[in-house]
Amino acid sequence: MPAVSKGDGMRGLAVFISDIRNCKSKEAEIKRINKELANIRSKFKGDKALDGYSKKKYVCKLLFIFLLGHDIDFGHMEAVNLLSSNKYTEKQIGYLFISVLVNSNSDLIRLINNAIKNDLSSRNPTFMNLALHCIANVGSREMAEAFAAEVPRILVAGDTMDSVKQSAALCLLRLNRTSPDLVPMGEWTARVVHLLNDQHLGVVTAATSLITTLAQKNPDDFKTSVSLAVARLSRIVTSASTDLQDYTYYFVAAPWLSVKLLRLLQCYPPPEDAAIRGRLTECLETILNKAQEPPKSKKVQHSNAKNAVLFEAISLIIHHDSEPTLLVRACNQLGQFLQHRETNLRYLALESMCTLASSEFSHEAVKTHIETVINALKTERDVSVRQRAVDLLYAMCDRSNAKQIVAEMLSYLETADYSIREEIVLKVAILAEKYAVDYTWYVDTILNLIRIAGDYVSEEVWYRVIQIVINRDDVQGYAAKTVFEALQAPACHENLVKVGGYILGEFGNLIAGDPRSSPLIQFNLLHSKFHLCSVPTRALLLSAYIKFINLFPEVKGTIQEVLRSDSQLRNADVELQQRAVEYLRLSCIASTDILATVLEEMPPFPERESSILAKLKKKKGPGTVPDPEDNRKERCANINGATNHSSTTANAKASAPSFIGDLLAPVLPPINRPRPVSSLSLLPTPLTPLSLQAYAMPLSPSAGSHFQVSSPASDLLSLGSASTLNSTPPSAPKASASLLVDVFSDNSPTAPIGAPAVVVADENFSRFVCKNNGVLFENQLLQIGLKSEYRQNLGRMYVFYGNKTSTQFHNFTASVVCQDGLNSQLNVHAKPADPMVEGGAQLQQTLNIECLSDFVEAPVLNIQFRYGGILQNISVKLPVTLNKFFQPTEMGSQDFFQRWKQLGAPQQEVQKIFKAMYSMDSEVTKAKIIGFGVALLDGVDPNPSNFVGAGVIHTKTSQVGCLIRLEPNAQAQMYRLTLRTSRDTVSQRLCDLLSDQF
Amino acid sequence: MQFMLLFSRQGKLRLQKWYVPLSDKEKKKITRELVQTVLARKPKMCSFLEWRDLKIVYKRYASLYFCCAIEDQDNELITLEIIHRYVELLDKYFGSVCELDIIFNFEKAYFILDEFLLGGEAQETSKKNVLKAIEQADLLQEVCCSLPSS
Repeated sequence: MPAVSKGDGMRGLAVFISDIRNCKSKEAEIKRINKELANIRSKFKGDKALDGYSKKKYVCKLLFIFLLGHDIDFGHMEAVNLLSSNKYTEKQIGYLFISVLVNSNSDLIRLINNAIKNDLSSRNPTFMNLALHCIANVGSREMAEAFAAEVPRILVAGDTMDSVKQSAALCLLRLNRTSPDLVPMGEWTARVVHLLNDQHLGVVTAATSLITTLAQKNPDDFKTSVSLAVARLSRIVTSASTDLQDYTYYFVAAPWLSVKLLRLLQCYPPPEDAAIRGRLTECLETILNKAQEPPKSKKVQHSNAKNAVLFEAISLIIHHDSEPTLLVRACNQLGQFLQHRETNLRYLALESMCTLASSEFSHEAVKTHIETVINALKTERDVSVRQRAVDLLYAMCDRSNAKQIVAEMLSYLETADYSIREEIVLKVAILAEKYAVDYTWYVDTILNLIRIAGDYVSEEVWYRVIQIVINRDDVQGYAAKTVFEALQAPACHENLVKVGGYILGEFGNLIAGDPRSSPLIQFNLLHSKFHLCSVPTRALLLSAYIKFINLFPEVKGTIQEVLRSDSQLRNADVELQQRAVEYLRLSCIASTDILATVLEEMPPFPERESSILAKLKKKKGPGTVPDPEDNRKERCANINGATNHSSTTANAKASAPSFIGDLLAPVLPPINRPRPVSSLSLLPTPLTPLSLQAYAMPLSPSAGSHFQVSSPASDLLSLGSASTLNSTPPSAPKASASLLVDVFSDNSPTAPIGAPAVVVADENFSRFVCKNNGVLFENQLLQIGLKSEYRQNLGRMYVFYGNKTSTQFHNFTASVVCQDGLNSQLNVHAKPADPMVEGGAQLQQTLNIECLSDFVEAPVLNIQFRYGGILQNISVKLPVTLNKFFQPTEMGSQDFFQRWKQLGAPQQEVQKIFKAMYSMDSEVTKAKIIGFGVALLDGVDPNPSNFVGAGVIHTKTSQVGCLIRLEPNAQAQMYRLTLRTSRDTVSQRLCDLLSDQF
Repeated sequence: MQFMLLFSRQGKLRLQKWYVPLSDKEKKKITRELVQTVLARKPKMCSFLEWRDLKIVYKRYASLYFCCAIEDQDNELITLEIIHRYVELLDKYFGSVCELDIIFNFEKAYFILDEFLLGGEAQETSKKNVLKAIEQADLLQEVCCSLPSS
């Protein structure tokens, strides 16, 4: 290179830079810079016109000062003047200054654009390139407005020089990224695609990037690029390494272009044309084969370039997700890299395998590397590599290896870097819940989490374990025993105290029979932690204590003593004081019956998406941390029709059939435990399962005041609201509404935003056959939630209308219609709803339901309101089904078969054989049968995999006994359902309802 | 690619190229954060790391760190070789380049980068072609420089 090129005579600049470098301190540097700025300012303001050289020199100095990190507020005009200089070097510095220091001063922009326009039309390729580089570097809207039409013309013009074409392509790419609306598609698009065939590989390289960006937004317009890209790629991968001359990089043929072409192909599904598809498969195979060949050079550049192409090819294979052999080969290749001595390759292999794990074709192949990945977790010295290993373990987890993976993650957690602990905690919590066959393992795992990394266990995690324990009665005793044991540790984390307090308060009775965990011992254990805890935890413990008074009358005195002590009754914290006062008073004045009702066990939580998964998603950004199994299903349901992968996946998720979503989401099956219905629960206030937050968080003053010390027990009753301690008093309807919002918040199958509000009347209907609460309907304006309870032939349904907009709904009416003959079979009385629903508010309507005789049709809820002056009509089928009027009947085996025989008449039996629609999980099936309303009878059927249930349908006029038998055949993925009842219409209807659920 | 930064072992920024519109304040914040993060890493660690929602690819050459921020779908290894090719270009142009060359001829470093990368994408990967373009510009420069004296 000629020596002259290094310095082009700006001696002043070199001197200035040396001066700055010689400054001993920051102060000295600032002083020197200020001196220079003053000098330049005076030169620019001076009377004497500066020659081009001086202007260039000073502008360059200003640029240097700016790049050092100082603010520059003048000199722009001089730089703009340089643009129109006919000396290349001055023009070049002017453009550099403009590119780095864009100023939105509109006068200047106009001048700059003028200069660019001149250079673009100069037909001098060097000047044109400078102008195009400037547009690409600045990329502002003003420039897009001025040049979005001109640049495509230059790009496709026949006489444009190659180097100008390259700049124009990437310039256009930048404009398209920043202002896509200003770049018009047009006749040029077809010609751009043909640049893939250009002779000059530099032009192809630049054009491929542009086409990829455009194809992501308008895939249809650029479809023809697929065959051209495959052809080009094929020529590259089969070329001898010398064919491409200077585009060969360390013996790898055009690695940048190869990567870009493979990237472009990822905008499309596998080619439909068999020939093109075959050619592409050949290319991919060749790339995989080359990975096995001995390296042509020992230089890291050689292996990096080669592997860059390989990884991009693997990305394409994963994107297509259609060729099992390629997927498995890719997986094996990555498996080799997992043990490579280059850290970079190990990192990338772990990362890439994460996506392979979500393909059903390669999931099993990925799993074979589990030991290597676990080993990486233990031995990698770089935290970013270990992080990838955690991600991969999470992605490869399924039922078969969940215990091993969770155990490994837990043991890694003990020494994990603080920066990733919270994420690991969330992942462990999700996997433990999702793959728990045995819920005792789940409880153990979460308690271990709290023990090992208590500080990183967020509220969502411990709320979740409580929700699960409350909803599953088979694990409650074990949970009580385990927390009791865990609390024995002299130092335990406050989160453990919270879980322990809650669980013992609810289920301490289940272990109280053991003298080692007698009520008093339990209480003393909890209370020994009390003083070390924060106020919210103490508040929770006080609630646990009052629950103890109900569970264990024998410790009432001890607990009252504690509540009465000055440290409680006169506690400086108003919440603790209030709880102590109220609980003490309640325990003194309420009879055992009332206490039992008020302090009744928490009802099961409505099913909802795991709040933990939501949190992980929030933490990592949507789409990046999909629920592993969800993702697997989605990918295969969605084989590459997608061009914009992330957004279609999100849509698929949102609009997936809700029941499937429910089964896959780590949500517990609905369990409507047959609970003794106390007379109080039919009082006007709904039995509201409150969110856990309400239990843990301070009671609001209005809620607290409801338990006024002075009010006698009879008042509590006559208020009609004391059904449980946890229900919200009617005096605070607002609070009640907001809590309900929370209950509904996560589990609703929200329609994708932007989708037209199609009113499908019964899309969620069948979801409610086996459960009573949830979201019935949702569109962009309105969400309708239901809570219902039934007793014998009566029912009550609470309908919640949530206004999702920020404006009012006017003239709101909601009425129930029983069509045709239904009105003689079913009485539904709707209380009139408020005619106005404020923006963001929720309106509650109560329906009283009476079943007169058995029925088939469902009542329809008609809603009308005005939103923004437009009348909205929505009709929804109300999920009032015959099985809601079931009362479960427990009976022994002998009894059952005797009755089964009695109902042997042909018209009494209805049988249906059907294919399983969902996975055949026996726990889920059990939960559904219980949710259906019958008693699930264990040990009745000689075949343990069959399910048998019994119940009585109550109508006003009669009662109909009903026996159910469900025989799964896992091999054939089929079920046989048999129903016998004393009335044929009932048998038929129940069979129709239930057979839809599996 | 969203941006490229060159900084010294002492944390002094030597070159910055932004391919996404950001405010000066934001740029300074990102630079500070990244310089700190990258300098804290040990020599044998891998060249990639997750940072915010971007992937950082970096490599050290003598006293200079070259650091690129790429998006999720972008290829890490090819980015590493983009860095290497840029170093080769600088090396060829300056004749065994050192940090001082980039300090004193910072404008050249920018010009070479613009010939090689534009809008964050590789424009011309042939070393010969890039250097040819720069040479031609230098020739023009010489003509211009000699004009005032003549």
